Amino acid sequence: MEDLNFRHATRQRAAGTRKLAVIGVVASGNLEVLAERVLPDSECLVEIRTAAAGFGEVWDAVIADFVKGYSPGGLRFSINDGGARPDTVSLRLAQAARLMEEDDQ
Amino acid sequence: MSASHTQRTTSSVELDRTASWYESSARTRVRLLLDPGSVVEFIGPEKREVSPHLKLFDLPEQFDDGIVVGLGRLDGSPVFVAAQEGNFMGGAFGEVHGAKLTGLLRAARDIGSVPVLILFDTGGVRLQEANAGELAIAEIMRAVIEARTAGVKVIGLIGGRAGCYGGGGLIAGCCSALAVSEQGRISVSGPEVIETNRGVEEFDSRDRALVWRTMGGKHRRLLGGAEVFVDDTVQDFREAALELLSSIRAFGIDTLKAEQSRLEDRLQRFGACPDAVDIWTAEGIPDAVSIPALPADQFIALADKVRRSSRDAR
Repeated sequence: MEDLNFRHATRQRAAGTRKLAVIGVVASGNLEVLAERVLPDSECLVEIRTAAAGFGEVWDAVIADFVKGYSPGGLRFSINDGGARPDTVSLRLAQAARLMEEDDQ
Repeated sequence: MSASHTQRTTSSVELDRTASWYESSARTRVRLLLDPGSVVEFIGPEKREVSPHLKLFDLPEQFDDGIVVGLGRLDGSPVFVAAQEGNFMGGAFGEVHGAKLTGLLRAARDIGSVPVLILFDTGGVRLQEANAGELAIAEIMRAVIEARTAGVKVIGLIGGRAGCYGGGGLIAGCCSALAVSEQGRISVSGPEVIETNRGVEEFDSRDRALVWRTMGGKHRRLLGGAEVFVDDTVQDFREAALELLSSIRAFGIDTLKAEQSRLEDRLQRFGACPDAVDIWTAEGIPDAVSIPALPADQFIALADKVRRSSRDAR
């Protein structure tokens, strides 16, 4: 297992009021993303535990791309990864960000 | 919330309930099965109550350890719910996973009036935490019986990818009633386990037709192992849960005696049958070989004509 953390400054706060969302399952080639609204509006943190060690550069690029596209200010994303491909990671992050845009239930 | 918004939400949920139970995740099943917005999860993923064992094996954890437990409403009435995620480690029981279900059942026992729905999707005990998992199975079986003794109805809904195997099959056998879809296999030893231990002549695990007609939902319904057979949609499982909740009788020593005699009778009548088709034929079903290919609605009509398992048993 490898632990990776990426902290980014964000342009704006993530929309919506939802405090918490979880999407995906930890399985081979899949991952779960837990999103929590716990940070200052100008920050985003992505914490990863992955079964596939040695892909830090790919994660760095995928996360940077995600933050640029969604500006998820105020959100912490915690990821348990079962060796998902980068496109799956991007999809799950986008799904988590979209869920957080909903109003609190 | 405006009236039109409420209406839109309701119709969208009804539409979603046509979703396949088999294909849905544990969280989706819980969300769609129960009344919209009614579910409060206990020890949710944000608590990060993960397995203490998996890191020793350098394996990834899941924040909810593969099971969702909570309290919600079914057609307005409160129900406890537990749903296993069959895609995380085959829905297997580990220490935390099992403790969450045990705690839910004990809460139900103490309250006494709120039923429990268990959405099984499991291969059995998680091998990486075998001792803790086996203990969890024993604790859960005890907790099911204690809850039922306190007057709680415990219903199993089975139709997931992993089926309901190993200790999951034992727990299912302790429930007040089961609803199963064709995909929802119920057994203790899985096909590969039987083949490994007894040889391919005993059970060919690659013969999928054999697996389905021996362990699948149709056979379990006809044999009396499951009370209700349903089509593979969330709506069908919801209706089955409501039907079972309204029809289960009180539990006591007489129930167990009736169950014992039901099983003895079953063994006597079908013990010599080499295949499920022989059992169906012995049950008096015409053209028994056609059963595996029957669509769900036709099978339900046929099963309703075959005697249902005694309501006094279980």
